[in-house]
Amino acid sequence: MSRTQLILTADEARMLHGADGDGVALAMRVLVGLSRALGASRLVEITSAHVDSCLYHGKVSLDFANRLVELGGSVRVPTTLNVGSMDLLHPGLVRTKTDTEREVALKGRQLMSAYLALGCQATWTCAPYQLPGRPALGEHIAWAESNAIVFANSVLGARTDRYGDFLDICAAITGRAPFSGLQTDEARRGTAVFDCGALGRDFLQTELAYPLLGHYVGSVAGAENPVLVGIPTDVSEDRLKAFGAAAASSGGVAMFHVVGVTPEAATLEHALQGRPPQSTREVGREVLRATRAELSTFSSGRLDAVSVGTPHASYAECELLADLLREGPPIHRDVAFYLSTGRATLAQAEQSGVLRILESAGVTVVVDTCTYVTSILAPGLKNVMTNSAKWAHYAPGNINVDVVLGSVHECVASARLGHVALDNSLFVEGPP
Amino acid sequence: MMVQAEALTNGAAVGCTMRLTEPLSLWGGTDDSGRIVDPHHPQYGAVLVGRVLLMESGRGSSSSSSVLAEQIRSGAAPAAIVLARADGILVLGAIVAAELYGLAVPILVVEPQRHADIPGDLVVRVRASSSGGTITW
Repeated sequence: MSRTQLILTADEARMLHGADGDGVALAMRVLVGLSRALGASRLVEITSAHVDSCLYHGKVSLDFANRLVELGGSVRVPTTLNVGSMDLLHPGLVRTKTDTEREVALKGRQLMSAYLALGCQATWTCAPYQLPGRPALGEHIAWAESNAIVFANSVLGARTDRYGDFLDICAAITGRAPFSGLQTDEARRGTAVFDCGALGRDFLQTELAYPLLGHYVGSVAGAENPVLVGIPTDVSEDRLKAFGAAAASSGGVAMFHVVGVTPEAATLEHALQGRPPQSTREVGREVLRATRAELSTFSSGRLDAVSVGTPHASYAECELLADLLREGPPIHRDVAFYLSTGRATLAQAEQSGVLRILESAGVTVVVDTCTYVTSILAPGLKNVMTNSAKWAHYAPGNINVDVVLGSVHECVASARLGHVALDNSLFVEGPP
Repeated sequence: MMVQAEALTNGAAVGCTMRLTEPLSLWGGTDDSGRIVDPHHPQYGAVLVGRVLLMESGRGSSSSSSVLAEQIRSGAAPAAIVLARADGILVLGAIVAAELYGLAVPILVVEPQRHADIPGDLVVRVRASSSGGTITW
């Protein structure tokens, strides 16, 4: 069978043969091996990287990072780090009762240290696009972590393919990525059109519309590039974040377009690159009501915990939660309330006083990691509410809980009552 | 019989084939001992260790690279993987295991029609190098 020949520049060939040290040569071998397998004809220079491999998945994670450190590897582009397996600022939040929990806490912390030794920044967030200095339209980058990938491609218009574990740090060390997939113009074309106009403007102003729409669109579109039509042009980045994270979890969506909103979709024709779509669908409220039911494993009764902030809550989302909790009844004494965010946002919330309001209302703020990837929720907590479709999708399998999806308003109302209170009037069909 | 293939990673193996009737995500879909633990998968409970895995494509999480590398390290991986479509995630896992531990699991791509012709539950010989790959039985 024929295969596209990978052509390296003279510099890249020298890196592969060890001119910049053994760490660079190892990273280059991984990169070249993948590029050949993907049929890439060349590599592309990148301006930043985001590393997902800092989450502990067993001995190999640590062996690989330590090998790069021993060989003198060091990142050559600004490189942010995704969540790890520990909250380094609040280590007491992560349970260490069982052998497995102790191993993950110890090795997870060693893994996080190894990535710092490689010159990555201690950002520990799955939402690197909330940090200053984010990549611009058309910049080639190597970001891993599905929600970060889909946000960078779609909302920022930067270019990253779906990269697996290990490739992210190899790209950071070499400053290169395979020139294939979403790095190229062709792969960025919108293909599956979703007309959201019939949902109505009022519905599309609600928070809950976006995680539900994302989960539905992802499950239908798979690895296609969805194009949304009829979304209000003032839709916030936080809502696009919720949409993208959900679509990346339920399908393999790594790029979407919102006509009139995202930078490569000024018009529908622009998003489709002038070609006809492969499919067109209308989305109504009934299908999103069914999506909530599908994403939830229970829908009424006692509530043990609430977890919001997956992907990490932005400062605006922390502020909104503080506003909801500032006055009114306290959180029920039997309900634990978790907010996950990045440490940079935590610092901002501390400075502005928002953190004090959250903590005095009984909210536990988790940073550096997330409540569904490590042991944070107490073992007795079974019935959990979240405003994140991604959390709802993964938590039942990852940490063995039951889950119900609600807006942050429903989360707060339910936490106060101690039982689930959903507002299904939202889904009644109204005038568009 | 012999089928020509494209080699995504290098190596050689002899083993009994196992054909998966649906794609499988190794992360969340298999455990430390190489058993399929995804309850939605039609071959739930099957053990992939040492088998020549015939699977049209990979699926799901990008952490499947870590899972495959970890299984190769501990001896719980398939002996070889024969796909009908290239999969960068699995390739990364095999490349890293070869770099760290010198353990090679060949991953090959065979065009879909020929892929379907490879028999299940039969011992085959797999070779993959920079000049290409073959599966013989």
